[in-house]
Parts: sequence; C-alpha cells; structure tokens
Amino acid sequence: MAGRLLTYSEKDTWIHRLSGVSKMIFFLLWSLTGMLTYDTRVLLVMLVCSAVIFKVSHTEWKQVGTVFKFILLFLCLNLFAVWLFSPNQGTLIYGTKTELLHLFGNHNITAEQLFYEFNIMLKYCTVTPVVLMFIVTTNPSEFAASLNRLGISYNAGYAIAIALRYVPDVQADFTKIKHAQEARGIEMSGKVSLWERLRKMSAIIFPLLFSSMDRIDVVSNAMELRGFGKKKKRTWYMGKRLARNDYLTIGFAVIFMAAALGITFADGSRFWNPFTG
Amino acid sequence: MNKKFGIKHVVAIGIGTALFIVLTNVQIPVGFIPNTAMQTRAAVLAFFSAIFGPVVGGAIGLIGHALGDAVFYGSVWWSWVFPDAVFGIIVGLFASKYHVKEGGFGGKQIALFNAAQVVANLLAWVLVAPVLDIVIYAEPANKVFTQGVTAAVLNIVIIGVLGTLLLIAYSKVGAKSGSLSKED
Repeated sequence: MAGRLLTYSEKDTWIHRLSGVSKMIFFLLWSLTGMLTYDTRVLLVMLVCSAVIFKVSHTEWKQVGTVFKFILLFLCLNLFAVWLFSPNQGTLIYGTKTELLHLFGNHNITAEQLFYEFNIMLKYCTVTPVVLMFIVTTNPSEFAASLNRLGISYNAGYAIAIALRYVPDVQADFTKIKHAQEARGIEMSGKVSLWERLRKMSAIIFPLLFSSMDRIDVVSNAMELRGFGKKKKRTWYMGKRLARNDYLTIGFAVIFMAAALGITFADGSRFWNPFTG
Repeated sequence: MNKKFGIKHVVAIGIGTALFIVLTNVQIPVGFIPNTAMQTRAAVLAFFSAIFGPVVGGAIGLIGHALGDAVFYGSVWWSWVFPDAVFGIIVGLFASKYHVKEGGFGGKQIALFNAAQVVANLLAWVLVAPVLDIVIYAEPANKVFTQGVTAAVLNIVIIGVLGTLLLIAYSKVGAKSGSLSKED
C-alpha cells in the first residue's frame, strides 16, 4: 500500500516554483467551480485546462498511474450506483425523456440520464488532475510557511506541516507492526470472517495508536524546549514571497471562477440543457 | 497545561491527521455500495476527539479527510469532508466529561461517549453528508441517503467497538487521579 500514496517530488518547472499558497487557492477555487457548475461547456473547458496544467507540471505517469486507475474504478462504480438508484434522475433534471433502451421494470437507459452521468464524470475529471498536481508539486514545509504569510496563525500552519511530515513515519510504523503481527501468525487477508478481521485489525491499531500518543509527547516536549508558541510571530526557513507568477495564478483562478459561474447561472439554472431548444 | 490551546494540541492535530491519513486505506469493505466500508480511521478520529476536545477533533476530521482523499484517491469529495469535521467537533465537545486521561473512563463515561458518537454519526452522515451531496453534486436523493445511512451504521459499529476499547485501554495506561494512597 505504500506505493499507492502520492507524495511531493522535487522538479524544476514554473508550477513547482509557485508558492504553495497560490496553488492551494487555485485548487480550492477550481474545485469549488467544478462543484457548483453542471454546465457541460464550462466543464469541457475546465477539462482541457486541467490536462494542460497536468502536462506543464511534468508529472509522470508512474507517479500517479495507480492512483489514477483506482479513481477510474471508483468513478465507474459510482456512475453505476447513480443509475441503479435513480435511472430517471436525468429526466427529472432536463425535463424530457428520450428512451434509448428499455431493460427491466423501471430501469431503462435514457439519453438524459447518459448526459447527466457524463457530466458527473466530467466533474471528476476536471478536479482530479489539479488535486494530483497540487500534491506532487507542493513542498510541505514551504506550504506551511506560506500559509503563515497569508496571515493564518502559525499554529495552524505547523499542525499541517507536522501532519505532512509524519505521514511517512506513521506509515512505516504501520507496515512494521503489520509485518510483526503477521509473523506471529495473524491472518489479515479476506479469508476470515468480518468479526475476526475487525479483531485482527485492532491488533495493529492498538500499538500504532499508542506509539503515536508517545510521539505526540516527544514532539511537543521538543517544541516546548525550543520555545514554540512564546512569541506572536515566527520566521521561516522555507518561506517564500509571492512572486509575479503567483499573482497571475490567483488572478486567473478568480477571473475564471467568476466567468464560469456567470456563464453557468446566466439562464438561472446550474444545468446546461441541450434537450429543450 | 494552563492554556486552553497548547503545543500539545497543535502536535495532536498534526500526528492525529497523519494517523488518520495513513488509516484511510485500512478498512473492511462490506457490501456493494461505493465508498462505504468499515473505516478504522473513524475510530481513531473518535479517540482523538474524546481525548483532545472539539478543536483537535474537528481539525483532524477536516484536514485528515481532505488530505487523505487527495493523496489516496486524487480527488476531494467535499460533501463527505465536512461531516467528519462535524463528527469530531460533537464528540469532542464532551471531552472533559469522559475523564480518559485521569483514568476514569468507566461505565457512565462509556455510555456518554457512545451516546455522543451515535448522535454525532447520525447528524453527520444521515443529515449533513446527504444534504451536501444533493446541494453540491445534485446526486439522486435515495442513493445518497442509502450511502449516508450505511456509513452511519458502519461508523457507529466500529466506533462503538474499536473506539470504546481504545479509550478503555488508554485510560488504563494513564494514572488514575487520586489513586495515590498515603502510606501508614
């Protein structure tokens, strides 16, 4: 499972050089826009932009490939579930019914449903590359430092920095404990019953949680000894000033969001309806 | 600790979030409904909320779920991020009443903790999550409510069992307040 986790990797492209904060603002506004709009035209434009950004960041397939396949699988399952539970959601939204294929009972395939689910798929595909890009191109320490620069309390910045810093450590602990328990003969695979698996899972969780509680003591003592939290301000080794490109990125995100929402809601609905002229 | 929000809380948010992220993938799948499984991380979130209070619980839920989704699944499903924060806050509100650190997590406190977690789960997954799903993603109501109810039930079970056991064990490790007796 360790191989599947996305992590930051150092490279030298202009996206890597951007401050973590401007990337985060971009990512938040971008996903907010993707969430709000159901306008197919806007989503298609966003899809093209996401693909371009992804290309420019020089992210390699081997960095994100497994995660990407997993997302596709999950997406298919979700689309299927939407259809299973509500095959006429599309008709409900778009107001017309163009039946393409009748299956059984209430379940048929309508053009409206396909279009609605196509939109759901687009929503996924527009946001995913930006999330992947944010994770693989943002240095955690630099990110925490620039959060503080934005006026967010350095306590919050530090909490996030610690979280990102300790994910690999906790992951290593987890793997170690798991291997140790397996060596003692605890079966972890799907061969045993649900209750048994829950019991065995706790054989990992208990030591992992207690070693983490110890870690909290050690780290907070170390920070206290160094006088953390005494003053109102801190200086940062990894801190970066916002540069021209940062302002351009943030500006682009804001303008894009305003334009996208303007176009989407121009006709008073978040859906773009190709079925009624 | 004199200050309401000390260094320990900052570190607890950090390490708790890391733990929550790592456990994102450690789940026991049940049934066929997408994105619903017995999540061990829910028990860990309840544990941290019960010990460190609402701010830490809410922050771990929010940051942990958003980052965990991002690093494992490459997309953030916001309508399911906020319920985790809501859950952490509600369970954490009664943190001082569970007496976990003082070693007093017994019958009455176990009942209170479980009452809080059931209410918090129902509120988060049967109310907040489906409503956000409908408002944000315009998904069909019966699908999201089915997912929500499933998630709530699974979470209640795993927190009721694993979460309670974790708290009992941790409470036993800590010294009981007033447990020292004077030597004759």
